[in-house]
Amino acid sequence: MSSSKPAFMEWLDQRLPVTNAYEKHLSKYYAPRNLNFWWVFGLLATLIFVNQILTGIWLTMSYVPSAEEAFRSVEYIMRDVQSGWLIRYMHSTGASAFFVVVYLHMFRGIMYGSYQKPRELIWIFGCLIYLLLMAEGFMGYVLPWGQMSYWGAQVIISLFGAIPVIGDGLAEWIRGDFLISGITLNRFFALHVIALPLVLALLVVLHILALHEVGSNNPDGIDIKKHKDEYGRPLDGIPFHPYYTLGKLPMIIIFLMVFTGVIFFFPEAGGYFLEYANFEPANTLKTPDNIHPVWYFGAYYAILRAVDFSLFFIDAKLLGVMLMGAAIALLFILPWLDRSPVRSWRYKGIYSKVAIVVFAISFAILSWLGIQPATALNNALAKLFSVLYFAFFLLMPFYTKYEKTKPVPERVPE
Amino acid sequence: MKKILIPLLLSVLPLLGWSAGPSIDLDKIRTDVTDTASLQRGVQIYMNYCMGCHSLEYGRYNRVARDLKIPEDVFAENLIFTDTAIGSLMTNAMSRQDGSDWFGIAPPDLTLVNRVRGSDWLYTYMRGFYQDDSRPFGVNNVAFENVGMPHALLELQGLCAEPPTPITDRRFDPLTGRLITEGGCSSYAIEGSMSTAEFDEAMYDLVNFLDYMGEPIQKERERIGWMVLAFLTVFLVIGQLLYRELWKDIH
Repeated sequence: MSSSKPAFMEWLDQRLPVTNAYEKHLSKYYAPRNLNFWWVFGLLATLIFVNQILTGIWLTMSYVPSAEEAFRSVEYIMRDVQSGWLIRYMHSTGASAFFVVVYLHMFRGIMYGSYQKPRELIWIFGCLIYLLLMAEGFMGYVLPWGQMSYWGAQVIISLFGAIPVIGDGLAEWIRGDFLISGITLNRFFALHVIALPLVLALLVVLHILALHEVGSNNPDGIDIKKHKDEYGRPLDGIPFHPYYTLGKLPMIIIFLMVFTGVIFFFPEAGGYFLEYANFEPANTLKTPDNIHPVWYFGAYYAILRAVDFSLFFIDAKLLGVMLMGAAIALLFILPWLDRSPVRSWRYKGIYSKVAIVVFAISFAILSWLGIQPATALNNALAKLFSVLYFAFFLLMPFYTKYEKTKPVPERVPE
Repeated sequence: MKKILIPLLLSVLPLLGWSAGPSIDLDKIRTDVTDTASLQRGVQIYMNYCMGCHSLEYGRYNRVARDLKIPEDVFAENLIFTDTAIGSLMTNAMSRQDGSDWFGIAPPDLTLVNRVRGSDWLYTYMRGFYQDDSRPFGVNNVAFENVGMPHALLELQGLCAEPPTPITDRRFDPLTGRLITEGGCSSYAIEGSMSTAEFDEAMYDLVNFLDYMGEPIQKERERIGWMVLAFLTVFLVIGQLLYRELWKDIH
């Protein structure tokens, strides 16, 4: 091989492991050959991340981060900047698409036990990415400085005030002011544009490095490294590139068709991606008719609102915030909650299968409830599905341990 | 902070009822921003009757002229009543302070009003003024109770004696796709220069113009969208062929 290499590559490889890295992570990274369509979402998340970074760079060229000019500068981008409307819609649609894809990516991990030993670190890096993505999405939503930007930020930051003793000071420290103001807008801009993307990029690298160290999981949860040929290649593995890069083109294009369909035909997505109230500049004296978080925070907001009762000495608001935090924190310890000897739900028992389906339904319904009006019925439903959400995690050590699992085959079934 | 948070949450949470829908029925309208003639009539009404109080401060005159296929000199001659340059933002001379002093609240900028309120609401609102002597300007509105705005189009519509009722059966003309208007105002306290049908048509044009104004690129956006989808469809075929070629030795 090395004899056929161009002289420049020879020179380069002696100084920088270019060929080495290409082989390790692409052409000689062996992925299981039975990966199904659920394995496209990591690739799509990477694609959207690049989209957000690139469109974000161009948006910052015309956006003005100040309370006086932010709203006007966004309309300037929409009207006067060449193709500014397209860049802005790509960014706003990309934000929602990012969460769609990440939710499906995480659900894939839950279905097929991708978080189990030895992939706990991959899962934790992924959870950290998700956590930062929520902060990134929230702060990005404040930047256009519309009514919903302002009042949404006001409500969300106020939640920190529920923490005992330090709460009020903490909320004030985050805002840099007594209320959401231009100071808050400017620091959110700095965090949204520099700090968080930088940390996100680092975490994505760690996520992928950890993955490539232990290898990809698969729908059967089989360890493909147990059976290798004489060159040390897994018998059930195929090179990641080109099979799962170019080979994934049809699925990437189908995603792009949906993505561009939204951008060009429904950029507001019925008020879910771009909320109608946000086309009105922030007004500190007038609350919008309806304040709710963007759809991707709906589930946690529903859990927060479901808590309308005090417990012992903890008042309802603090309890709600605690449960909301716990709902996210539980994701991190998932690898240690699952006691099943098998990874994939294909070989788990009936309890696990039911639990996973009920969990998915609960999360979807909670997400929907979070952006619906708080009626008595909705509140009762939110309570029910919050309980189911937590039950999935808290009962997992029991139902995964005591259920009867099916034997996992040694090799990928034909 | 809790002193602020609790009233804030209490004041905000009940408002979540918004998505249950506004309490009033709205007239239904189907705008069509590709109908340039309608947009031209709309901008004519806007410049003559609305612009004095309601700016369109994120838009520019020459952009409207270009998109609506009105020659710039004709536009400047007939639709700009000041010596403003054609490339300027569409602001007006009323300061927020004056507006606030005169009407109780400054007349809002309307560039994005269609994206905030929606076409149905605007159409209902524009046709929703009626006589109410208890109000400072002698008029009230079915879509916006106790609105601070006078009936600016009174000389066109006349003054409705009773609150107009919205049309709820939503019948559309099969050829133009437009709403067949009837109902609305039943008796007039003051007669206007337009008939009910003429006024409804005029308000259709005005709302259509505000729809265009909220997002001037929308016509072009959809045109590009079809090309993008066509490209991706061809690309999908190529991608699928590539996939089959690649994977045939795996299966």
